[in-house]
Amino acid sequence: MTFILIVLSAVFTNNFITTKTYGICPFLGVSKKTSSAVGMGLAVTVVMVLATLATYPVYTYVMVPLHFEFLDIIFFIFIIAAFVQILETVLKKVSPTLYKTMGIYLPLITTNCAVLGLTELVIDPEFLVGIGATGTMNMGWAVLYSLFAGLGFTLVMVIMSGLRERMNYYKLPKAVAGFPITLVTACLICMAFTVFSYIH
Amino acid sequence: MNKYKKIALDGLVYQNPTLILVLGTCPTLAMIKSASSALGMGLTVLVVLTLSNIIISALRKVIPNAVRIPCYIVIIATLVTFVRMFLEKFLPDLHDSLGGFLTLIVVNCIILGRAEAFASKHTVGEAAIDGLANGLGFAIALTIMGIVCEFLGKGSLFGFHIMNFKIGFFSTSEMNPTAAGQFLVYGLSVAVFAFIIQMAERKRRVKANKLARKSLLGESA
Repeated sequence: MTFILIVLSAVFTNNFITTKTYGICPFLGVSKKTSSAVGMGLAVTVVMVLATLATYPVYTYVMVPLHFEFLDIIFFIFIIAAFVQILETVLKKVSPTLYKTMGIYLPLITTNCAVLGLTELVIDPEFLVGIGATGTMNMGWAVLYSLFAGLGFTLVMVIMSGLRERMNYYKLPKAVAGFPITLVTACLICMAFTVFSYIH
Repeated sequence: MNKYKKIALDGLVYQNPTLILVLGTCPTLAMIKSASSALGMGLTVLVVLTLSNIIISALRKVIPNAVRIPCYIVIIATLVTFVRMFLEKFLPDLHDSLGGFLTLIVVNCIILGRAEAFASKHTVGEAAIDGLANGLGFAIALTIMGIVCEFLGKGSLFGFHIMNFKIGFFSTSEMNPTAAGQFLVYGLSVAVFAFIIQMAERKRRVKANKLARKSLLGESA
């Protein structure tokens, strides 16, 4: 039951982009083409899972017993930056084309609020109560939530890039073209996703 | 003095981080749900941005170029940790209304962007003015959008009830504003601001043309 609730919450009812408004910079910046949107979404998912795998034990088993929880921001951002650096090096070697498509946005995953926001969300012991589930928070739920939060992020990125590819065919007034029309399109996606919040 | 005026005007109007450059979108979209949280977020970013600009500008000759981004992030993260402790102790209401986005100031692109683009190349005084101007530009834009969103969603301003008025599109229930309305208000604000800047630019150009023609004709006559 907890498993289903976590998956539904991460992908639909509490989607990172449409409900929490985390990670809007790559959502607006890399959603021009579907291929780069998929690549970015999956890269963010990988960083999210790796970051949670590292930050959750560090926080629970090192920082809480030693009473320096207040240093969480500094520790977490360093762990995330390290993983992004590793991913960049690996991607450069394994898939140079994908590396080129992502360009400037790859190092910017470090400053993606979705990743830091996620690591801060899952260390909250009351987290499972917040999404309506029972039980105690542990490493497994945290990693599961981060995986599906990343996939939910990818889903919205793909929908957005599809809409934006169609939008190229229309001529728009100068003041509306670019960011404003993208934000209004995002508003329509959010309206569609609001339906899921009536599930429970 | 003219130089400072130009820096201030750039931050407030011509290079406004929220409405022209569209940076720091996550806290903007989340915090314009109500006018008071928008103002609180704006002022918090103003403080962090000004302090980080001053510190980074003062240390710009000490920080090695190759590791500058990690250094900036450590400085900003330390400042945010201090601000979070301060707010938790002295302004708990604001601390609760900002929620997770208080921590996320660390990864706000405006702060890192100003550090990289401005503070690392200019003197302390200029960096302080730049931080104040950009922070104020952010805070003012957020507060205006927050007022619009709160009025349309709840019929109140800064938490004071004004009239019974509610558009379901902006908030499904009292405590649950939806992101859709905030995206719409933000998108339209960016469009309106771009339109105003365009009109002002056109007016200025027409005026300059007229002046140039007059002086030319006057010289030839």
